[in-house]
Amino acid sequence: MTATALPRWLRTPFIARIGVIVILLCLWEIAARWLIDPMFLSPPSRVFTSLQTVFETRGVPAALRVTFWELGIAFVLSVAIGLAIGLAVGLAPFARKSFMPIILLLYGTPQITILPLFILYFGIGPASKIAFGISHGFFPIIVTVVAGVQNIKPILLTSARSMGASRWQILRYVVFPHMIPSFFAGMRLAMTGVLLGVLLAELYVSTAGIGYFTTLFTQTFDPTRLLGLIAVLAAMAIALNEIVRRAELHFGRWHAE
Amino acid sequence: MRRADKEGQLATRAVQVTFLLALIGLWYLAATRWHVSPLLLPNPVPVWDDFWDILRTGEFLGDLRVTLTELAAAFAISASCGVITGYFISRSQYRIRVLEPLFAGIYSIPIILFLPLYILFFGLGPASKIALGATISFFPIALNTIAGFGYVDRVFVVAARSMGASDYQMFRYVLLPAALPIILTGMRIGFTVALLSIIGSEAIASLAGLGHRIVHLAEAMEMTRMFAYIAFVVAIAAILNTLVSSLERRAGRVR
Repeated sequence: MTATALPRWLRTPFIARIGVIVILLCLWEIAARWLIDPMFLSPPSRVFTSLQTVFETRGVPAALRVTFWELGIAFVLSVAIGLAIGLAVGLAPFARKSFMPIILLLYGTPQITILPLFILYFGIGPASKIAFGISHGFFPIIVTVVAGVQNIKPILLTSARSMGASRWQILRYVVFPHMIPSFFAGMRLAMTGVLLGVLLAELYVSTAGIGYFTTLFTQTFDPTRLLGLIAVLAAMAIALNEIVRRAELHFGRWHAE
Repeated sequence: MRRADKEGQLATRAVQVTFLLALIGLWYLAATRWHVSPLLLPNPVPVWDDFWDILRTGEFLGDLRVTLTELAAAFAISASCGVITGYFISRSQYRIRVLEPLFAGIYSIPIILFLPLYILFFGLGPASKIALGATISFFPIALNTIAGFGYVDRVFVVAARSMGASDYQMFRYVLLPAALPIILTGMRIGFTVALLSIIGSEAIASLAGLGHRIVHLAEAMEMTRMFAYIAFVVAIAAILNTLVSSLERRAGRVR
């Protein structure tokens, strides 16, 4: 263990983690500068210093904006559709028993096989990306909403009903508060799914989106801008994931108190 | 009580079967009566015929071999690297605390983003699919291996030590049985995501494979055949996933 030789503050996990990242970046820098053909890989220093050339490429800012909107709309619609179906299926025991196996079966099939159909039905514009993103995003919401509804103690529903609560009041004061933690866990999974779906569809076919530019930079052997674009997209994905994860932590704790 | 249960089960089965039949019926009606263009929705009967034709003539064999070879190679790489890396990290609490959040963070990025880069490095052939599948499935396997070996109940470890277990005995009789079910779950998840990402990257850019075949048929506007191939790939994926799940259960039981 070399770590024992280091001073104590250097050994805190956070600093060490940053150290690992820095070492990896250094290895990448060395490999790109001296070992690998610059046609295929460019060093991180050049990628980061020339990030603005990515944004200066005509069409890239618009493409990033389009992708961001696709992600946002797909996520919101997945949550809305998933919540509606999840509540409809989860609140009626008979519907749950009949339809959950079908939903789980559909959730388990690889949607990537029907990607060409989405392009066919929704065109090569943003609509097909949004639809494909939704197809990945709404299943986790349904599954977690149903699980959340299922976990409500029947006695709470019965007592609310016996005290004369209306259907809406039961939903508002009994079902929703109990669903919140699993619902937010589902939102995190949905965000992962939407990111995957939208980016897959973008990479598959795209006229003005991100997929067009990744193909362009790949075919013109421009690894500097390709890596820059990937880095920007990865940062976007991390930011979106982090927002949903924070929300999950926040609301999950609120319930536990 | 039991009788009511049985009747309830029968009713749910009936609803499921009716639902699926209704879907197929709607599909048939839409294709034959309601003038939905066959380019959007081909008639289910020829699709069914094509499906059997594909199975009978065995024309799927070439593409299936390509996809399965890629899958096997990717999974072999990610399973061995993932388990070895995970075991190495799990041997010290310090390494777990430094590296586990890093791996979990990378795992949350959609790694499919790196596909263009992989194609640049490894070309359009199977190598780029193997590399991508291996990268994507590495993380769940490594993370689950860390979780499996890293969080074995200390009571067991201390008890085995105090009874004088050697390093090998400790690994074979304490750590491995405790960690195996979690590692196997990681491998199942890794296998599923590897399959998905390989079919996906074949659809996006490739020369052969099942994903490539579907896209090729879509571009040729041979919708009937494409629907048949979609059904075929979905069936293959379902068979593979069931197989892996049952292997996971069986291997998890053997101690």
